[in-house]
Parts: sequence; C-alpha cells; structure tokens
Amino acid sequence: MTKRYALGIFEDEDVLLHAIENVRAAGVKIYDVFSPYPVHGIDDALGIERSRLPIAAFFYGLCGLSFALWMQIYMLGFDWPMIIGGKPHIGLPAFIPVSFELTVLFTAHGMMITFFLISKLWPRWKVPVMDVRSTDDKFVMAIELKEGTDLGNLTQLLRANGASEVNEKEMTKE
Amino acid sequence: MSAMGIGSGHHEVAGAAHGAAAEHGAAGAHGEGHAAVWLRRLFASFWQSNVFFLGVSAVGTVFVAINTVAYAGWSIMVRRIAEAFSAWILPGGILLLALFVGADLLGGGHNLLFHWRTEGIMEEGHPNYDAIIAGKSGFLNLGFYIGRMIAFVGIWWFFSERLRKLSLAEDQMGGTGFWDKSINVSAMFLVLYAVSSSISAWDWVMSIDTHWFSTMFGWYVFASWWVSGIAGILLTAIYLKQAGYLRWLNANHLHDLGKLMFGFSIFWTYVWFSQFMLIWYANLPEEAVYFNQRLGGFDGKYTWLFFFNLIINFAFPFLVLMTRDAKRQIIMLKIVAMAVLIGHWLDFYMMVMPGTMQGDSGFIIEIGTGLLFLGTFLWLMTSRLAKAPLVPINHPFVEESVHHTT
Repeated sequence: MTKRYALGIFEDEDVLLHAIENVRAAGVKIYDVFSPYPVHGIDDALGIERSRLPIAAFFYGLCGLSFALWMQIYMLGFDWPMIIGGKPHIGLPAFIPVSFELTVLFTAHGMMITFFLISKLWPRWKVPVMDVRSTDDKFVMAIELKEGTDLGNLTQLLRANGASEVNEKEMTKE
Repeated sequence: MSAMGIGSGHHEVAGAAHGAAAEHGAAGAHGEGHAAVWLRRLFASFWQSNVFFLGVSAVGTVFVAINTVAYAGWSIMVRRIAEAFSAWILPGGILLLALFVGADLLGGGHNLLFHWRTEGIMEEGHPNYDAIIAGKSGFLNLGFYIGRMIAFVGIWWFFSERLRKLSLAEDQMGGTGFWDKSINVSAMFLVLYAVSSSISAWDWVMSIDTHWFSTMFGWYVFASWWVSGIAGILLTAIYLKQAGYLRWLNANHLHDLGKLMFGFSIFWTYVWFSQFMLIWYANLPEEAVYFNQRLGGFDGKYTWLFFFNLIINFAFPFLVLMTRDAKRQIIMLKIVAMAVLIGHWLDFYMMVMPGTMQGDSGFIIEIGTGLLFLGTFLWLMTSRLAKAPLVPINHPFVEESVHHTT
C-alpha cells in the first residue's frame, strides 16, 4: 500500500513545538514527528497518551518476586534442606538479595520484550525513514496526504509556522 | 544468642567478652542509683529529636549544594525552602553541645547519654575500667569529641550562611557571578559534608552503644536525614502552594520531589538491610547485640517498632508512590511525606533509646519533646523563609524551572 506524506522540515525544537500546537489547532492531523533526540514536552504537544508499560512492569516484577521466593523456599526449605551457617532452613533475610535480583531481571526483560512486540520491532522489520536528516540535525513533521488534501494550504500553514522546507514523500508499506 | 542481652542491654554481653566490665556492667549501670528516670528520659528524647532536626536542617543546605553543582534548573522553585531549613543549624548545634555538657554534669560521673563518659572507664585499675572502651580513647575523648562537634556544626553553619548570602545578593544585583561562586562553595561544602555527616553519625548516635560498631552507620544515618529533609521540603512546598504562594510551582516540581522521596526511601532500606543482613548472617555477639536489643530485648519492648520502622519507611512509601499519578497528586505526597517524617523520627528513636534508656523509654515525654522541636524548627524556618522572596528571581535557571516538565 502506498501512502503520500507532506514533510515539514524544522531547524529548531522550540519552533517545532509551537508549530505542532498550531498545526493541530488548525485541525490538521499529524501522522508523526521524527527528531534526532528526545524533545521535552513533545508527547503532550502531540497529544500522545501515556504508555501503560509501567502496569505490565509491576506484574512482571510481582512474578519475579513470587518465583524467587517460591524457588528458594521450596529448594532450601523442602526439596533439599541444608543447614547453612546455623540459620533456619527458610531464613528470609538471606533470600532478599536473590529475590531483589530476580524481580529486577523479570521486570527488565518483561518490559523489553513487551515493548519490542508492541512497537513491532522484531528482526527484519523495516522501519520507514521519512527523511534521513531526522537522524542528524533536522526535525521532521509528517502529515498524511489523503485524497482531497490541499497541499498548497498545508505548505503555507507549515511555512507560516517556521518550516524551512516542505517536501512530498511516497512511502510503500508491505 | 537469644539468651544473651535480653532485658539487660549491652553491658552483660560486653561483660562476657571481657571480665573487667562485669563490675560496672550490670543492668543497672545507668539505673536508679545515678539519676532519676524522668531526667534520663528527658535528655535521651532531647538528644534524639535534636540529632534528627539538626540533620534535617543541614540537609536543606546539602539539597541546595547538590542541585547547584549538578547545574539543576528544576529545583530553583523550592530552593528558598531548602535554604530556610538551615535556620536551625546554629541553635540546634548549640543545644547539642549544651545537652552533651549537661548530661555530663547532671549524671554525677555517669553521663546521662554516653556510656564512654563514665568516670574512670578509661583508667586502668579503676573499678569502672573497661578495656574495650579504653581502646577507643584516641577517638572518644572529651576534647576531640567536643572539638569535632563544634567543627562539624560550624562547617555546616558557615557554608549554609555563605550560600544563603550569595543567593540574597543575587536577588539584589543579578548576573551570573553569584551563581558561579556558589558552585565552588557548594562543591567544597559537599566534600566536607560527606566526611562530617558520617563522623557525626558515629559521634552522636553510634557512640551511645559504645562497644558496638558498624561501618554502614554513617550512611544509614545520612539516608535517614536526607529522605526526611526531602519530605520536609516537599511538605513545605505543598503548604505554600495551597496557601496561595509559589504560583509557579506545579505538578512537575512536586513529581520530581516525590521521585526523590520514593527513591531515597528505597535507598534508606538498602542501607538498613545491608547493615542488618551482614550482622544477622555473621552473628558475631559483639555485632548482633545491637539487633538483639531491638528484636526481643527488654522483654520485647522494641520489637513492634523494629518492624513498624520497615513498614512506614519502606513498604508504605514504596507501594503508595510507585505510580506516576500518585507522585503528581498532592494528597498522596502529603500523606507519604508525613509518614516518612514520623517514620524517620521513630528510626532515630530506635537508634538512641535502647542504648540510653534500656527498657525505661516511653512515648509521652518523647512525643512531647518531638513536637517541641518541630514547633521551634518551624518557627525559625518560616521566619527565615519570610525574609526573602520565595523564588530567587535573578537566578540564571529560574526560567528553566518555571517551564520544567517531567
């Protein structure tokens, strides 16, 4: 499927942030913005909802903690009890470091895998690059061109809000 | 180990380690014969509250200094609150010295707080002689101890005043020169504070249990002071915000302060646990006695507090402040900040009381003393806060702080 985009190129992040607000206020839907580095406040300006990843992270952590405690209590308390340092078989203080580490491990890997799956970042996935300069020093605002979109008006709007150039780009997605 | 120490404090255990201590080491060493219980309780509770509030007060300056050397912009909005906290350093320091001298004079040969100040405890041949404590005389002697106390409080006070004056002069004259200077002052202060806060924790708190020692103790006390200081700054900021001041302060600043409170509650727990686990695992009598007294000692007097300490200072802030939304909601921050302040005051209660009062401590005098200190601290802090604009208007980062987002 082929889609057409108008690309507004910006030189400065402050100009970009104001432009995002103005363009959205004018009723134009922004497809995405590409920047060489994370820009403070850009999520709010674009109206992107907050990620729900932290909720998943909490439950991954809970799984890790439960698994670590179960593993240690079962192994050292029931399956193969040993006296270590004269401590009780189930000596909780000794289990805390391992429980902490496994909580972190489960949380980190769970979050990473979930993030990759949600973002569709698996091997051989091709990421569309609108303008390679967005990996260097330019900020690129992409607006999808539907049938009947007036490119002239759009160009004027972007230029009026500080875009140094406005290009058209066709992207093909399999 | 459960047979040792219960109900009698560290003296009996120490007595087992070396016979000389047995003569003075009975349970009543600080007991009836020397000073009235109410007097000892008064001194112990004054000492506990004063060490807590003096530390929190100094944390105000540490907060300013850390943010200055880190070139942090967001915190400018609460900088004046942190500056105002240091108003208690000088009065608190003088009171600390007075309490120490008073405990010495009123104790009649047995300092009301410090076992190592017992008459003749470092003189060989004296009936009170204690070889272990005598071995520490190079560090724990009157001149050096008082000298350290004056030096540490003096350093904290001097740098607090210096940073405050630079900030006030900047209000008048503007420019970046004052800020440049305060970076040097802050860096010097932080180096000196790192050393002095640790040693003051040994001096003012750890030396109460004279035989006992822990290399984690300086960090443990600092973590307690630091997280309490952040909770205090946060609570003051919320109070001012709700009273209609600090209109530039918004949820983003509170969010960051909330993150710090959340993070350093975990840091405190980490330090607490590092100290506990090593002692629990090694189980050496001379180390384990500290937790033996607090976990079941004195007929289990402090046991509930031992666990409550962990719940209020770790579990509660950890679970309540975990989500982003909670850290941006004033009511949540308020509840947790108050819990953290009460919790760490109780943490100092746990550090001071078993060593000074054995089983004789209570809560009526202690809570009253705590409130007396709170009132005095708030009075001095707020009057210093009222003396200058609530936001350092000419600070180079004030604009950045206004537009801070998280």
